[in-house]
Amino acid sequence: MTTTEAPAPVRTAPGGPPAAVRAVRRWGFLLRRLGFYAAAAAAAIVLNFLLPRLMPGDPSSAIVEELQRVSGQQVPPETLESIRAIFGDPDQNLGEQFLAYLGQLARFDLGVSVVNFPVPVSELVLQALPWTLLLVGTTTVLAFVLGTGLGVIAGWKAGSRLDSILTPLTAFLSSVPYFWVALLALWVFGFVLGWFPLSGGYDANLAEGFNLPFLASVMHYGALPAATIVFSAFGGWLLGMRNMTVTTVREDYVLLAQAKGLSRGRVILRYAARNAMLPSFTGFAMALGGVIGGALLTETVFSYPGIGYLLFESLNKRDYPMMQGVFLIVTLATLLANLLADSLYVVLDPRIREQG
Amino acid sequence: MVTQIMSDTDHDDAGTTAARGADGDVLRVTGLTVEYVTDGDPVRACADVTFTLRRGEILGVAGESGSGKSTLITALTRLQRPPAVTTAGSIVFQPRDGGAAVDLVTASPRALRALRWTSLSIVLQSAMDALNPVMRLGAQFADALRTHDRSLGNDAAWARAAELLATVGISGDRARSYPHELSGGMRQRASIALALACGPELVVMDEPTTAVDVVMQRQILAQVLRLRRTLGFAVVFVTHDLSLLLELADRIAIMYAGRIVELGTASELYDDPRHPYTRGLRDSFPPLRAPLRRLTGIPGTPPDLRRPPSGCPFHPRCAARFEGCDTHLPELVTKGGHAVACRLHDPTQRPQPAPGTSTGGAR
Ligand SMILES: Nc1ncnc2c1ncn2[C@@H]1O[C@H](COP(=O)(O)OP(=O)(O)OP(=O)(O)O)[C@@H](O)[C@H]1O
Ligand SMILES: [Mg+2]
Repeated sequence: MTTTEAPAPVRTAPGGPPAAVRAVRRWGFLLRRLGFYAAAAAAAIVLNFLLPRLMPGDPSSAIVEELQRVSGQQVPPETLESIRAIFGDPDQNLGEQFLAYLGQLARFDLGVSVVNFPVPVSELVLQALPWTLLLVGTTTVLAFVLGTGLGVIAGWKAGSRLDSILTPLTAFLSSVPYFWVALLALWVFGFVLGWFPLSGGYDANLAEGFNLPFLASVMHYGALPAATIVFSAFGGWLLGMRNMTVTTVREDYVLLAQAKGLSRGRVILRYAARNAMLPSFTGFAMALGGVIGGALLTETVFSYPGIGYLLFESLNKRDYPMMQGVFLIVTLATLLANLLADSLYVVLDPRIREQG
Repeated sequence: MVTQIMSDTDHDDAGTTAARGADGDVLRVTGLTVEYVTDGDPVRACADVTFTLRRGEILGVAGESGSGKSTLITALTRLQRPPAVTTAGSIVFQPRDGGAAVDLVTASPRALRALRWTSLSIVLQSAMDALNPVMRLGAQFADALRTHDRSLGNDAAWARAAELLATVGISGDRARSYPHELSGGMRQRASIALALACGPELVVMDEPTTAVDVVMQRQILAQVLRLRRTLGFAVVFVTHDLSLLLELADRIAIMYAGRIVELGTASELYDDPRHPYTRGLRDSFPPLRAPLRRLTGIPGTPPDLRRPPSGCPFHPRCAARFEGCDTHLPELVTKGGHAVACRLHDPTQRPQPAPGTSTGGAR
């Protein structure tokens, strides 16, 4: 991909660096960022390796004992080995352990869940992932689109009736703690009115798969948690976008766009909103990174079968391999999202490319 | 509507615009008054401004900072933003093809949009901020071109953008640059090329050369004059630099505290400034061709428009003031094409005994 841009023709127009120099700078910037994130990811992986080994005692043996106690049977040798690779083996030297650990990560082997013995952690994570992506992913996008759209409208006509109602109301609503919103929604719409189920992600009596009744039940179960997430997340986007739009609309280039006789929609989208969105955009990319971590509170309150709930359960039941695996994945996903945000920002704001 | 605009543009390309000559007026401004409506008393930043602009003419507007030049410019183009409000007056625009005259003050947003850029364009005070930093230069030309000519394809619009850039001495491949990749002078010239994109009849320019060095300033002015000669557009050129206008403008209006206090040809204003303020302005710049002269500034500071002085707004700073200047607001009176708002030149108001010369007794 990068090679298509690299051999750009060298132009020597006065007043600025030639295109080739600019291209090198741009890709240099991306490579530096890439290096930074690679280093951060490596640090996360090493930390994940070191932490259990720094704990007093022998966590591997403790976990194995726990496994035997919970399941009432002997732990098979390959499980034993995988647990030792992650949590350390006092009898082995650190270098060998690290290599074994890396090999295991490469195979996406994160050990075995203590609570759900003998299901591997990776399998549980992969099971929970689609639910989280569905619920938190769509609502994050929805809240962003809704909040940003309304923010542009409010900011474009700052001081109008709409703005003077919407903006303070949103500020008030988004200051309500999420926990309250979720519990209240659950109580009113789930318990009192009975419109929505109280917990879960789908109707367990239906066959899982791409059939209409099952998908309908997914929608039905997901509606309430989704609504609460959108409700408490869109306000932040709205307020941020509104304020940025108010500032951007005062810019001369927006005035000039109007002077050019462009349609109002084009002025708003291509000049005002496009530029006002730049700061929000970074936040949005970060929020997308946070999606993998799931909405811990949402999934807990609504017992939604996603990563957040998985983490909550493992914290509750001291399922160390589970916690370890989820933390590692969440960390890596966040780094990836940040990298994505950085790279896309470079595409969206040409001024960044030059600075590096 | 669109076809009409297109034929206009074609006309321009054929280079016949100049041949149409200076028949009649392109803009007639009458009694234009603009106020900033804030919590306190409204600030009248343009008061009773009246002038006409002939086809293809360059009208310079000079005045100190805060005299209302930008306010006038944004009011003329109907681009003012709250809290600015046009409270009185009319701005009648006469299209060159003999179409019906339009009062821009009362025109609908739709009618205004149709006039924008094809008839009426603007170069803003700071070219640094007037271009969208995240759009390529060519795209900012192309969207204007394509809005007013729906049949123009994207590639053709970009090609036209490159051509336009070339007319102000910027290499065409710069269309692919972002504004931050250009020097200040290039951005300024690009803004001028952009203003000419749709062959307007009237271009208003708000201090288009303040941000560039003197050499670049000369270059830009020479380009404006050259383009005006070939394309025949009229210009309202705003600046605080009177010496620059003396070279560039056909006629010059001097603004003080939101009012036009003198209006005449460049030579009239230079050789025979009638308003004491004009004389003060002229004498605060080194003369261009005439022998050197002692430079004098104007004592005092411009008035606070929130609390304008009674009578003639210049009287607190005026060395030639006489009885009644602090109570009577002089009207802009035209004599032989040279207009001035000063009681020294109003026979009915002149003090007794009358000063011997038309330039008053200030020197
Ligand atoms: N938004 C505003 N609210 C209130 N008063 C304003 C506002 N903008 C301008 N003014 C007032 O209007 C007057 C004229 O301002 P304007 O910007 O037109 O001056 P100018 O001649 O263009 O000055 P400069 O040479 O500095 O650009 C100023 O005295 C200022 O006090
Ligand atoms: Mg100004």
